[in-house]
Amino acid sequence: MEFFERFAVPHPSPLIYASMVAIGLTVIAIMAGITYFKKWGYLWREWLTTVDHKKIGIMYIISALLMLFRGGADAVMMRLQTAVPENSFLDAQHYNEVFTTHGIVMIIFMAMAFIIGLMNFAVPLQIGARDVAFPRLNAISFWLYFAGAMLFNISFVIGGSPDAGWTNYYPLASNDFSTSVGVNYYNWALQISGIGTLMTGINFIVTILKMRAPGMKLMKMPMFTWSALITNIIIVFAFPVLTIALLMGTFDRQFATHFFTTGDGGMDMMWANLFWVWGHPEVYILILPAFGIYSEVISTFSRRNLYGYKSMVASMVIISLLSFFVWVHHFFTMGQDALTNSIFSVTTMAIAIPTGIKIFNWLLTMWKGKIEFTVPMLYSVAFIPLFTIGGVTGVMLGMASADYQYHNTMFLVAHFHNVIIPGVVFAMLAGLTYWWPKMFGFKLNERIGKWGFWNLTIGFCLAFFPMYITGLDGQARRMYTYSEATGFGPLNMLSFLGAGIMAIGFIFIVYNVYYSFRYAPRNVGDDPWNARSLEWATHNPVPEYNFAITPQVNSSQAFWDSKKHGHQLFNKDDLKEIHMPNNSGLPIIMAGLFFVFGFSFVFYIWPGVILSGIGILACMAYRSFEKDDGYHISIKEIKETEDKFGGAK
Amino acid sequence: MRELFPMKQVNGFIFSLLLTIIALSVYFMDMSFELGMTILLVTAFVQAAVQLVLFMHAGESEDKSSIYTTVFYGVVIALATVFGSLLAMIWGYL
Repeated sequence: MEFFERFAVPHPSPLIYASMVAIGLTVIAIMAGITYFKKWGYLWREWLTTVDHKKIGIMYIISALLMLFRGGADAVMMRLQTAVPENSFLDAQHYNEVFTTHGIVMIIFMAMAFIIGLMNFAVPLQIGARDVAFPRLNAISFWLYFAGAMLFNISFVIGGSPDAGWTNYYPLASNDFSTSVGVNYYNWALQISGIGTLMTGINFIVTILKMRAPGMKLMKMPMFTWSALITNIIIVFAFPVLTIALLMGTFDRQFATHFFTTGDGGMDMMWANLFWVWGHPEVYILILPAFGIYSEVISTFSRRNLYGYKSMVASMVIISLLSFFVWVHHFFTMGQDALTNSIFSVTTMAIAIPTGIKIFNWLLTMWKGKIEFTVPMLYSVAFIPLFTIGGVTGVMLGMASADYQYHNTMFLVAHFHNVIIPGVVFAMLAGLTYWWPKMFGFKLNERIGKWGFWNLTIGFCLAFFPMYITGLDGQARRMYTYSEATGFGPLNMLSFLGAGIMAIGFIFIVYNVYYSFRYAPRNVGDDPWNARSLEWATHNPVPEYNFAITPQVNSSQAFWDSKKHGHQLFNKDDLKEIHMPNNSGLPIIMAGLFFVFGFSFVFYIWPGVILSGIGILACMAYRSFEKDDGYHISIKEIKETEDKFGGAK
Repeated sequence: MRELFPMKQVNGFIFSLLLTIIALSVYFMDMSFELGMTILLVTAFVQAAVQLVLFMHAGESEDKSSIYTTVFYGVVIALATVFGSLLAMIWGYL
């Protein structure tokens, strides 16, 4: 019995017991459902072992939506707790756990997964490739992310959630002040999914640099592909810092080293420093692909080519470089001198310049365009003013001396939600709606989608704009309650209402998926949006080999040229046998072992660590000696498939 | 014969030996800590550059501009991170 006591939740409440039951019932229901409908074989063959970038992308997006639900539930709980003064819905400890998991789940497991999912789906199609450069590695990336996400998500029912904030500052996160295993979960879940992200970064850089269709020079790539390239370069440079910082934190907590301790030569603020050396580039890892999606959507639905292609690329390159030079602005108040703060203040404000260039480029793309207000376009149009407000408050926070006033208040919370929600979340929803026909062969219902959009946008404004005011009035972030005399009550109630409206928006979006699956017309054709870039040149949904014939490209909008200017994309004589990679069960098995490894490490179960560690090494050894040449699709099969889709293109 | 003889590599090899000897002199000769560290740092970076260019053939393939761009980008970010951390963690309190 003593062995099992460590798994007990240190600070239980009825809510947690209810979630335990709910998780148990859901798992049983899903298992029973799959068994009843005899889908295990299908699931294993078609999804769990797939190396197809399109299916991996879709699995990323499904996971991201699940995580959006989890993080959203956390958000609503926080808003409910602070809706009225002296509320007792959550106590201080639970509130700490909820805001910590909300941050990590939303950034690492929702936003990152969503952008990597969309990159997985769209980038190979946009450059005319059959798959990513290393398909098996891609599957490992996904399953490692998934293992990390699941490890993190079981923390609140087994052993206790991390509770030191998503920034996890030391000494608060050390054993002295965070006694449960929560921070161990934080370290290992991020470590495992971080390895997956780093692999994705390498994979996509190689894919984009080496596998573009003939004629597609770097400056003729679609803008989303450009943003993906730059994002992945940032990933490769930033993520190793997180890996090492997490490892140092793990050593401090689990092996009594002194990297981040206050005594014995340790330097507690070094964690904050390293965290933000990774953390600030991470912000741009999230926002740049979003910029790419907006560029695609705005140019498609304005019926104009993207204004200022070169300046778009240049500004992204400058942003990626600057993003590594600003991290100290996350701790202006730590006590360093005015010169240091001034340097980072200037670099921070400098980022507003390339970002401003992009905003003007989007506006000028729409200028005199024939704008069509579809759901993706609505998100993009709403993004521009809302993101600009977020950017302007960011410049306010970037002024080091003024930051002493806003630091650690709700003003900051309002600011970063103001850039992340209209910036990243809107972009992801726009991208999902935009590429949905490419994924599944039908459009999402526009009417329900617009309901979702308006609820999200109005809810967003109601939820976050009041925080600017309460922040300036002095409401600190991460406080689980406040007294009535502060006068924060009414504005916080407004925030709660906004959060509720956003939740309704989310329900509309989920209902839209269900509704459209059942009722949406399936005859939308291959190019339902009258789009411009290469991914629309193939069929809906995309056949497994993407393009029967490798396309010839002459500009950044080759498909548009083929429609309007008689450019010939496909040369029929080029029809050749296609070489495809084999499916493999190894990635999911390895990720399972990584999960056991992480879980055992969290609870100091050394036999589990050793056995799963040996298992992981054995998988790698097996892979080294495995002979896997892939398979070929014959010309006859390609022709049959193409005929089924309505004739070769 | 002249074309076949790898003059560049032989010279590079002699040069890298020379760099090693200079670095070793820090151990064998009596000099101040600052001077020693300076010599070590300079010779280390020059050595790394020689190895990269001459023996890892960084400049000889078609994509040499992208290799140099990546190296440059990496060096810039590494230096910024190291010196920025020093600035934020130590020098900023002087």
